[in-house]
Amino acid sequence: MSRNDLIQLLYIVAFSLFIYGLMGLTGPRTAVRGNRIAAVGMAIAVIATLLIGGMGNWGLIALGVAVGTAIGVPAARQVRMTAMPQMVALFNGVGGGAVALIAWVEFRHTGGFAGEPTYVAIFSLFAAIVGSVSFWGSNIAFAKLQELLPGRPITVGPGRTQQVLNLLLLVAAITCGTAIVSGSEAEILMIALLLAAAILGNFVVLPIGGADMPVVISLLNAFTGLSAAATGVALNNTALIVAGMIVGASGSILTNLMAQAMNRSIPSIVAGGFGGVVTTGGTSEDGVERVVRSTSASDAAVQMAFANRVVIVPGYGMAVAQAQHAVHEMTKLLEQKGIEVSFAIHPVAGRMPGHMNVLLAEADVPYEQLHEMDQANSEFARTDVALVIGANDVSNPDARNKADSPIYGMPILNVDESASVIVLKRSMNSGFAGIDNPLFYGEKTSMLFGDAKASVSEISEELKAL
Amino acid sequence: MLLTNLAILVLAGFTGYLTISKVPNTLHTPLMSGTNAIHGIVVLGGIIVLGLGVDGALNKLLLVIAIAFGTINVVGGFLVTDRMLEMFKSRPAPRAEAQEDAGPDAPRR
Repeated sequence: MSRNDLIQLLYIVAFSLFIYGLMGLTGPRTAVRGNRIAAVGMAIAVIATLLIGGMGNWGLIALGVAVGTAIGVPAARQVRMTAMPQMVALFNGVGGGAVALIAWVEFRHTGGFAGEPTYVAIFSLFAAIVGSVSFWGSNIAFAKLQELLPGRPITVGPGRTQQVLNLLLLVAAITCGTAIVSGSEAEILMIALLLAAAILGNFVVLPIGGADMPVVISLLNAFTGLSAAATGVALNNTALIVAGMIVGASGSILTNLMAQAMNRSIPSIVAGGFGGVVTTGGTSEDGVERVVRSTSASDAAVQMAFANRVVIVPGYGMAVAQAQHAVHEMTKLLEQKGIEVSFAIHPVAGRMPGHMNVLLAEADVPYEQLHEMDQANSEFARTDVALVIGANDVSNPDARNKADSPIYGMPILNVDESASVIVLKRSMNSGFAGIDNPLFYGEKTSMLFGDAKASVSEISEELKAL
Repeated sequence: MLLTNLAILVLAGFTGYLTISKVPNTLHTPLMSGTNAIHGIVVLGGIIVLGLGVDGALNKLLLVIAIAFGTINVVGGFLVTDRMLEMFKSRPAPRAEAQEDAGPDAPRR
């Protein structure tokens, strides 16, 4: 067996492990093992690559790997569970960045793909555009979630200007690419292509409001996968093709599932729609002053202590306040009083799908207490108290009732069907999507203002005293 | 060679599609994070191009950055996913235990 055969064989082993590992990731019981199996596959793929004949530059390769490890390991170890979405965005971004850089060097190294088959140029340039978009888009997503940039949509110019500009940038990138494929060797074209794609990446994510962010990260994840697959075709590397394409395909499905959960189409999200209507609480559109009933922690505690069934609806507010442990503490106190407690998890609550599940799992909340949307909605009618912790848009009845609301049609948790609602909220500011929530003005609703963690701890203290 | 690679590309696409089509909501975040780690495989591209030799300091510098980026993607991605998934593990069994020492949840970090 030649060395090349051995490498190909190891690649086959590697991508089999990727697929097997991913299959494991789809079930709660096998997930940890699945992830580790995929990691083993990655190690095998790296070893196989190092076996390629005529390899050199070992010092530089080691340097790159060492720097990457020195940055990646502590980042992954130390990131707080609540900051997970940003971290995934960042890891995704650097992957896209790597793709774009490789394509750029390929261009320089081959003198503008001179003497290379046309398909190599096409796939490399595709990878360069998509990788660059993914890198910059992910960085903007990171900055928005990390609150380095405002979460609200940022647009250039009025109306459709943004979309026209985006289209022009894409056309510019493709034009540069076409010129390179048809024989031009000027490096300025390659730099222009990368630059246009970079600006496009910024422009595509900047106008997107926070509520759509999970979908965007997932979409960029799929993009990076596709660009990795394209790099694989250009470099004739099976492991890259298979791994990249699997991620491209699975990421697309995941994106679609999430978009469906919000009843939004992916094109309309990318075009940037959310947050167009910005109304802050206090007055309705017709200017009528609306009344918000605020409550105290002790009242909330009493209300829950005499309930039979309490449903907790967590949202991004719980994540930012790091309130998951305090919440679990409170549920245990309620359960000691014989009250049935469950959690209603909206598929896009928080900033990523499953965000709430991860946080609550971190706080040791039993898996069986977490109810998904359909199950939860069938239970609200016989619920005494629904406790909404920093979840705005997923509980907004406008999505059901008000046809001109930007979130109209998005499936929501029917919190307002329960006998009473307590909303924990920092202030009357509207949610990330910038949409007012009539739930707060409902007759059954009382608001408990303040930091979610502090409020929940106070309620726990009051419960203990009861 | 191109056609073989295209065939692999298409088949891998369908494989990815079929593998993922049935995942509970709960696992969406770890799954995204896990697939995210897998596309870090681009690090191989950087290693191949650099290993087979390029000229010029700029080319080398760009590739070292690419390899570092790819490594961050791989190592960070798998570690983060592992951390997330560890929390889902051991759910039903140690529950009784957890309820016994029901004191204030010690911050775990």
